[in-house]
Amino acid sequence: MPIYTPTSVREATEIFAENPEAMLLAGGTDFMVEVNFNHRKPSSVINLARVNELKSWHLDTQTSVIRIGATVPFSQFESSEFEQLSPALSHAARTVGSPQIRNTASIGGNLGTCSPAGDSLPVLFALDAQIEIASLQGTRSLSIHDFMLGPKRNALSVGEIVAAITIPVASGFQDYAKVGVRNAMVISIASACFALQDNQCRIALGSVGPTIIRCNEAEKFLQDYITQSSPPDLETIREFSRLAAVAAQPIDDHRSTATYRRHAIEVLARRLAMRSFSL
Amino acid sequence: MVETLTKSRFGIGTNAPRPDGTAKVSGEFSFSSDLWAENMLWGATLRSPHPHARIISIDTSAALGLSGVEAVITAKDVPGQLTYGLISADQPVFADSVVRYMGEPVAAVAADHPETCRRALDLIEVVYEALPVLSDPEGALDPTVAAIHPDGNLIRHQRIVSGDPDVTGDVVVEDTYVIGMQDQAFLGTESALALPDSDGAGVVMHVATQWLHEDQKQIAACLGLAPERVRLQLGGVGGAFGAREDISLQVHTALLALATRRPIKMQYGRHESFFGHVHRHPATVWMRHHADTSGVIQKIEARFLFDGGAYASTSSAVLINGVTHAQGPYKCDNAVVDGYAVRTNNPPCGAMRGFGVVQACFAHESQMDKIAQALHLDPVEVRLRNAMQQGDRLITGQVIESVAPVQRLIEETRQIPLPPEASPHPDPLSLPGGSGLASEARHVRRGIGWGVSIKNIMYSEGFDDYATARCTLKDGKASLKFATSEVGQGFVTIAQQIARTVLGVDDVDLEAIDTDIGSAGSTSASRQTWMSGGAVDGACRLVRERLFQIVGQQHNVDPLRLVIEEDEIVDPLGAFRVSVREATRDLVITEEFEHHHRPTEDLDENGQGNCHVAFAFVAHRAVVDVDPELGLVKVVQIATTQDVGRALNPLSVLGQIEGGIAQGLGLAVMEEIIVKDGRVLNPSFTDYLLPTTLDAPEVVARLVEEPDPQAPLGAKGVGEPPCISVTPAIVAAIRDAIGRDIPRCPVRPQDICL
Repeated sequence: MPIYTPTSVREATEIFAENPEAMLLAGGTDFMVEVNFNHRKPSSVINLARVNELKSWHLDTQTSVIRIGATVPFSQFESSEFEQLSPALSHAARTVGSPQIRNTASIGGNLGTCSPAGDSLPVLFALDAQIEIASLQGTRSLSIHDFMLGPKRNALSVGEIVAAITIPVASGFQDYAKVGVRNAMVISIASACFALQDNQCRIALGSVGPTIIRCNEAEKFLQDYITQSSPPDLETIREFSRLAAVAAQPIDDHRSTATYRRHAIEVLARRLAMRSFSL
Repeated sequence: MVETLTKSRFGIGTNAPRPDGTAKVSGEFSFSSDLWAENMLWGATLRSPHPHARIISIDTSAALGLSGVEAVITAKDVPGQLTYGLISADQPVFADSVVRYMGEPVAAVAADHPETCRRALDLIEVVYEALPVLSDPEGALDPTVAAIHPDGNLIRHQRIVSGDPDVTGDVVVEDTYVIGMQDQAFLGTESALALPDSDGAGVVMHVATQWLHEDQKQIAACLGLAPERVRLQLGGVGGAFGAREDISLQVHTALLALATRRPIKMQYGRHESFFGHVHRHPATVWMRHHADTSGVIQKIEARFLFDGGAYASTSSAVLINGVTHAQGPYKCDNAVVDGYAVRTNNPPCGAMRGFGVVQACFAHESQMDKIAQALHLDPVEVRLRNAMQQGDRLITGQVIESVAPVQRLIEETRQIPLPPEASPHPDPLSLPGGSGLASEARHVRRGIGWGVSIKNIMYSEGFDDYATARCTLKDGKASLKFATSEVGQGFVTIAQQIARTVLGVDDVDLEAIDTDIGSAGSTSASRQTWMSGGAVDGACRLVRERLFQIVGQQHNVDPLRLVIEEDEIVDPLGAFRVSVREATRDLVITEEFEHHHRPTEDLDENGQGNCHVAFAFVAHRAVVDVDPELGLVKVVQIATTQDVGRALNPLSVLGQIEGGIAQGLGLAVMEEIIVKDGRVLNPSFTDYLLPTTLDAPEVVARLVEEPDPQAPLGAKGVGEPPCISVTPAIVAAIRDAIGRDIPRCPVRPQDICL
């Protein structure tokens, strides 16, 4: 089985164009599991480890946008420097696996796999992240909302590579919280990202539907209170979290029950909103 | 008789380092999965995808035709006994006409590479006809339900009637408790290497197992060979916890080696391992306690139902342990207990650390709290009022002859300081939910819970599980030979310590652990320190006796006056003194010793009889932080005091305590094999969750050392007790925090908050 190790995005897209069936390898924490379990038998692999332009993130101070290379590992978001720019992504990154996994697993991998339990995805949905996609034909940009189509399904066409993710620098409160049946190294059974970005209320839910869910009703409901001078009262926040829970589409499986997941979403939404208003 | 042994360097009572410690820490230790042989082939197993089905046909021709495949074997290739089993041989080497659980072996292949094996397995065509799945153990008791096995659906029933069954109490509490299926989850999965003899009529096996001689017996029977033609050597074992008591891949590996006349290696991955060994029995336990107004137990009624899965394994012994420990470490004259172990099409269950007592303890400790609650008493006070003592009679009529310091264990545990009050600004990782950052300090409520347990040690019901050891003394060095499985528990360390102390030597070589010596019995039932320790001690004493005779003769000293002091032979009444090294120059003394425990009896139809050898006790207090709204928990501290008889290696004892607590915590809050309609839904470490460092609590442990006069070295086994009562203690703490009943473990978030 050939393994290609390009050193630039351009070279990677060329190889990909010639080997459209090839699998992209970044951190390998999803990919290698599939290979080991024989769920996937790649005929060739494009190893992105040497593509330096994918391995770093940059802050554009002019536009207050963070551009994150696709193979940046989650451990890089844990730094206090990054936490100041994007607390929600930083906190979400800390919930991923173990330190060993965070050192190799990449944010681009979350997009490649597109699992509703991917820990960074609710953050990207809440912040309306843009996904930069590269191919031999050039680059295009897609909203995260159009990128993730369903469980393990995304909008990438043949020969396309996720090159970067752009998110705005936090302009207000933002946080991420996750529930799992263990205090570390656990797949989320419900998660939520709450953000007040440009005075807009955003809430996105993970692990409670086929894709990440933005709770439009809940956001609209709370929005009216955000622009007012006094913070919303507890009853308002309760209604907000109730609306968030209504938006969830959870299922029963071996990890949890739909009833618990919906309940957990309501609690997470309420707590995150209360944190945001220092209640 | 326990005599005071002299303490030599790294002798008994010291924290002697493990002989295999450095190799294990540095990664140089050879585990059985590291085994390799010249010209070796790989073996792999085809397993049933159905929990219950008739096998219509098996076509192996395509697999045999694949390049690199050297053998494909099925039930018709088993030359000896077609079935095996620890207590009754009811489990087929390969399923013949029927598969009775998902993952049951149907065929095995040998090929030049694991990938070739995998492809060959895909090419074996098995036509199944699905049969109705018996997944409800209660249904297995229904006489109108068709038997799934020729031996029937009931594996064993045992009743215990003690004292006056008609007594009633002023206070009556009852509930039905459910205990989930736990996996031993050893880190080193099943693996073995089989080397065929050149004449093709025998085999040498390197295998990670808990009991070499029992494996030898069962493998030889299935191969149709005399036991001496199946020689076993212990492969490096990466944990056991009961899961290596039953045969897994041993017979398959040997059959393939004999079929191909080439060395065969087999090794399970994690997924296959979940199907390749027995698990802890899920159980439903109904209990009703009658107490007087002061909380003193008047009578216990109980009904146990253990789901044994498709084959018997050790279910009948697990059942006996459950019913005979129904009272817990408490006095009780009157009891009516019924217990059933049944067959279903669920995964086979058998031995796991705690062996039936875990299920009993979860129920009786939950009941003790109910009595306390009903009488507005402190849970500790209720336990103290009922605490068993040496000389008390169990509901089986057996008198507790072991040291039984139950009151002292509880009192000493109570004196261990509680952890500091929760901080208003805690490290978020220390909160329930840990790294998920879902809980804040204001959401957390703290609870305290108790668990106390009694556990039998050694085998029961008339079984003579003796242990053998040989000691050789030469040039101031001892060497020891035994077949005791070292599974990580540290018997190799204990054995060296015993020889150092008894013989006054520093260097103790350990010979290969294999079947070239008599049986040591199983490394289970917390028995090896007592049994193999007794055998090593006995062999060393015989050697010492002969040494004293020789030295006495040479130096004209009465051998009976000689003792070992440090590394010297000394006549304490005279001036004679010679170093052991000097005295053993050009001398070789070898002695072998078998240690037998005192005989035990079967239970009669009313469950009466001296069926157990000895007992060990422990108390646990759990402090748990709970987020009641999300149902998340963080176990903050476990305080424990354990009755160890005598700590031969205190550090090693602490290791057992900390490990056992982690395993008991797993059963309390996360570890469960989820089975639906006979299918395992979470056979991976992604979804079968084990506690991580962030889940593990602070452990504050104290030891009660009251040497047991029956134990060869005064030392009781310490392996199982740590994991038994910690589970109910944690669940009790959760109940205390949220103020409501939870009758099951593991406790799931929805059990707390919905």
